[in-house]
Amino acid sequence: MQSNPITAAFDRARAARRRALVPFLMSGYPTREGFRAALAEAATLADVIEVGVPFSDPLADGPVIQAAAAQALKQATTLAQTLEDIAAYRLEPQASARGQAPEPTATPSLTLRAQDGFTPPVVLMLSINQVLAGGAQNFAQRLKAAQVAGAIVPDLPHEEAGSLNAEFAAHGLALLNMLAPTTSPERTRAIAQSARGFLYLISSAGVTGTRDTFPSETLAYIKRAKELSGAPVCVGFGISKPEHVRQLADADGFIVGSAIIKAQSEGRNIADVLQPLRQAL
Amino acid sequence: MTTTAPGRFGVYGGRYVPETLMANLIALEAAFEDARRDAAFLAEFQSTLAHFVGRPTPLYHAQRLSQVYGGQVYLKREDLTHTGAHKINNAVGQALLAKRLGKRRIVAETGAGQHGVATAAACARLGLECIVYMGALDCERQRPNVERMRLLGATVKPCDAGSRNLKVAINEAIRDWIANPDSTHYLIGSVVGPHPYPLMVREFQRVIGDEARAQFTRVAPRPDAVIACVGGGSNAMGIFAGFVDDPQVELFGVEAGGDGATTAATLNTGRPGVLHGALSYLLQDAEGQVLNTHSVAAGLDYPGVGPEHSFFKDTGRARYETVSDTEALAAFKETCALEGIIPAIESSHAVAFARRLLANRPGLRVIVNLSGRGDKDLPGLLAKGLV
Repeated sequence: MQSNPITAAFDRARAARRRALVPFLMSGYPTREGFRAALAEAATLADVIEVGVPFSDPLADGPVIQAAAAQALKQATTLAQTLEDIAAYRLEPQASARGQAPEPTATPSLTLRAQDGFTPPVVLMLSINQVLAGGAQNFAQRLKAAQVAGAIVPDLPHEEAGSLNAEFAAHGLALLNMLAPTTSPERTRAIAQSARGFLYLISSAGVTGTRDTFPSETLAYIKRAKELSGAPVCVGFGISKPEHVRQLADADGFIVGSAIIKAQSEGRNIADVLQPLRQAL
Repeated sequence: MTTTAPGRFGVYGGRYVPETLMANLIALEAAFEDARRDAAFLAEFQSTLAHFVGRPTPLYHAQRLSQVYGGQVYLKREDLTHTGAHKINNAVGQALLAKRLGKRRIVAETGAGQHGVATAAACARLGLECIVYMGALDCERQRPNVERMRLLGATVKPCDAGSRNLKVAINEAIRDWIANPDSTHYLIGSVVGPHPYPLMVREFQRVIGDEARAQFTRVAPRPDAVIACVGGGSNAMGIFAGFVDDPQVELFGVEAGGDGATTAATLNTGRPGVLHGALSYLLQDAEGQVLNTHSVAAGLDYPGVGPEHSFFKDTGRARYETVSDTEALAAFKETCALEGIIPAIESSHAVAFARRLLANRPGLRVIVNLSGRGDKDLPGLLAKGLV
């Protein structure tokens, strides 16, 4: 099994002495073309990109991401389309951003991304029912074929994840574990120690969406997770501002979702959100 | 019993929820397992059922329906409980359990409004704060129940997303619980949701079946069949629980056939998937997106179903049939005219199937779970000119 590209992305950020940035984009939002452009744009500032495959009944999401999922579903966004767009981005992010096929003779210009030619790996975020629809094995094969590095399945807790984990391991993919502030010490240990890719820390109780500040317990919670985790620790749910990154400085990375979707819905550039965060890392 | 692995009925059930809720579900399971073995808790539950809910409810021999349908029809009169439907059995049970867990705030979803009213009543009695999520469409078609919940001190939150029915109400109730895991208990109203809910709600509802089985012995040792409507499936699982170990008793669950084009007949036309925390039959497309449903009965208008019903379907212990809006409305009117009983439009689906069964197999002795009364349905049905 080759080393997972998520691990390599975190190593690269650590070598540059900064924390990692993980933007979340919704496939098919605001449109298919808009999503493809956002992927290429996010690639210039991201270490890993999380791509949501829209679901009709997302339980862990707040109003902003729910609305984006509903809009993407209205445009009939599917897993297959999402994987096509990601595969195109993996080949040549800027070409896909312009909606063109890569030119085989031209040397790809990577200056927009990074000097070292780094392309951020992609992980999917979706509901377990979307995985079960085509079966776990088929899902893992399709992710592998599209060069997706792994997946986050928020309604698949550790205890239920056995068979999907086995499929993912067989295909060199990472099923990302999630921790919540409510997780018991025993379960925290089991979840953190078996973490692959990165360990996703839900910052505080509640659905996804912007929070002003984080409770003081959040810092101790991040520390505890880092001590136990076999993988980098990233915080998500409510991260939108450089102050958040500074307040939760112990984390290895930060996941930013609703703030990006909100910027897209207002017609703003997603770099408006990502650039200040990147500078605070 | 029918639980084959912890939290599973065959392959169905489980606990598919965001991590934030796992601690609550584990604590709830432990509290329920402790409470069901605690004589003091059981005594308080029994006393509440007797003095607040009004149990036991009668098993009523519907003689004129029997004559017209061509068999012997017995109605289990859950419509005569306090607040007018079987939902109150589970609501008082879980409210007592929530208090035992030290929770001060209750969230609930409601479709037809009967579970919301029952939860509001149970919370008022115990001094618990109560928030009820209800689809905006259901608020319109079940107006009397919205007013009853408000009078009983509950805050009703209409849900305007998507299908504007029971499914979105459950989504919002779960999201509220994710935001308030420490203070709040989610008082789910059916045998759906993550473990331990399907098991726990069945146990709080099994009083229907236990009573009916004992009451029927005055007529004969056992009935030939037991019939109940199935949305999420709690009234059905409650009455089935009394007869599941009597192999000679046929069990029939009746799903909403809607208008024929769109239905809520999950077990008849769905395939296994995960919605609201459990693996069970589900109305979904090839991508795993949950489909919109339609039924004249708000309480049956749900694309999922309790996992134990999926297990019963696969094992053949129960059979699941469908009844259309039109058939249910006809049975509603017949029950009014022949028996002087206004049934809930949900329960009317079960009566309609009894008519079909007895037409094909005359002379059977059947128990129909009359899960609720129909007063709540009158404004909506009258406004549409349906009755």
